[in-house]
Amino acid sequence: MTKQTLILGIETSCDETAASVVRGGTEILSNVVASQIESHKRFGGVVPEIASRHHVEQVTYVVEEALNQAERTIEEIDAIAVTEGPGLVGALLIGVNAAKAIAFAHEKPLIGVHHIAGHIYANRLMKEMKFPLMSLVVSGGHTELVLMKDHGSYEVVGETRDDAAGEAYDKVARTLGLPYPGGPHIDRLAQEGKPVIKLPRAWLEEGSFDFSFSGLKSSVINTLHNAEQRGEQLDTKDLAASFQESVIDVLVTKTERAVSQFGAKQLLVAGGVAANKGLRERLHETFDDREDVELVIPPLSLCTDNAAMIAAAGTISFEQGKRSDYALNANPGLELR
Amino acid sequence: MNVLVIDTSNIPLSIAVLTEQTVIAETIINSKKNHSLQAMPAIESMLRSVDLSPKDLTRIVVAKGPGSYTGVRIGVTLAKTLAWTLSIPLVAVSSLAALTGAGRYFDGYICPVFNARRGQAYTGLYAYKDQELVQVKEDLNGLMEDWLNELSLMDRKILFTGQDAAVFRELIIEKLGDRAVFATITENMPRAAELGLIGMNMEPGNVHDVVPNYIRMAEAETKWLQQQKKVDANDR
Ligand SMILES: [Zn+2]
Repeated sequence: MTKQTLILGIETSCDETAASVVRGGTEILSNVVASQIESHKRFGGVVPEIASRHHVEQVTYVVEEALNQAERTIEEIDAIAVTEGPGLVGALLIGVNAAKAIAFAHEKPLIGVHHIAGHIYANRLMKEMKFPLMSLVVSGGHTELVLMKDHGSYEVVGETRDDAAGEAYDKVARTLGLPYPGGPHIDRLAQEGKPVIKLPRAWLEEGSFDFSFSGLKSSVINTLHNAEQRGEQLDTKDLAASFQESVIDVLVTKTERAVSQFGAKQLLVAGGVAANKGLRERLHETFDDREDVELVIPPLSLCTDNAAMIAAAGTISFEQGKRSDYALNANPGLELR
Repeated sequence: MNVLVIDTSNIPLSIAVLTEQTVIAETIINSKKNHSLQAMPAIESMLRSVDLSPKDLTRIVVAKGPGSYTGVRIGVTLAKTLAWTLSIPLVAVSSLAALTGAGRYFDGYICPVFNARRGQAYTGLYAYKDQELVQVKEDLNGLMEDWLNELSLMDRKILFTGQDAAVFRELIIEKLGDRAVFATITENMPRAAELGLIGMNMEPGNVHDVVPNYIRMAEAETKWLQQQKKVDANDR
């Protein structure tokens, strides 16, 4: 029996300081996340400078806790995997430099990981991957359809041209006067309302798998303003339901088309918006009966930012012999390749 | 005792390794290169060139700020992670102190200066007493003009150090006349070895809790606090 790879993952791309130990790329030994959300709430969104400050305060505590919970010493770890991008540059820098210091101190391999590759690999902590697969990544920063023909191979077939889905949720929530982060509030209101207000769906050119949500966001704001000017009171629940339905229609329709066109055997859903009830339900309705494709949606704790997903993606890079050197830098605009 | 010192608080990168008896190695790179890119490779190559491995280190000293927020964070993150993972003590020293060595035999005060833009500076006032560094005035962030007005009331000579002192040169001379002395380009470099000398005998605290000394609050926080005051005032 061969020894199973032990990877320490570190993730600090936005407002969570996270570390995790993963065995064999599939088994979580620890998954520690220090969320800063309470600190950012008062500003109505993530403030990059504040996020970086918190990361410096937390990073060694979080890594230590991850090793302790996994009952492993750093000597037993095979490599350190860290998010190198995309994300907030000042936030990424903390994880990258902490990872470099640990790798250097113990002469361990260092592996830079793409944040989205991480989100996709969160699924492998649930279920082994079957290729080719399609992954729908939806979060505050991303809306992407990624085709994978093999481990470590990524082809972005569709992406947002303006706002990410989660970003549109947050902006609409702000317009409706809901507290930050607004996504879960809209989801909750949408469950109670009816999608009776007419809102656009951005299909873009024939055959395109790209997304666009800024028009929809503006349309919600206009609808609200027009109603106000007419002295009418719109039902917030109905507006939330109508907005959510438009987002989900586009997301799920395009995903379904992509799955069919590329003959995907699995559909992996990833990113914080995968926690959205409405989206989950529609995905289940659409894919549960299909025998040619398996739908995988990880639990909430693996959908939002975490380091287990970075360790899982890093495991594949490690096994494929990919290494980063000590000049590894934070790369806020890193492309998925 | 092998002390590794890291200072990435401003444009120059300054690292050193020293013992009680000698400076084993010191590197200063004065370029606008990103510290995140160059600090770790520079430390690795410096240690390798003197045949030291990370496990040979017994203490880390880091410049904790003030300076560039990002720069200070890179140094502090590297330093605290190294200290934590190697289980060795960590000491954080003011980044301004790295610019005081030039004044060790100077009869007067030493005033290191970092430009904080819009007429502001990060600065402080130091002096050597029996070759021991003493802080005369706490590190601060403020308008250079106000600071110089304060210094003009003192009756001793003041040695200005740091590359950024040049930015304020005219103003300094206007306020202090011939009581102002300027360090040479060689002594305007932050010296990690000086920080190491200071930090070598300082009492280390809990490694996890070492954080940068930004002096300034984050802009968003300042605005938020002002807003809160307004809300409070309106409530009354
Ligand atoms: Zn994410």
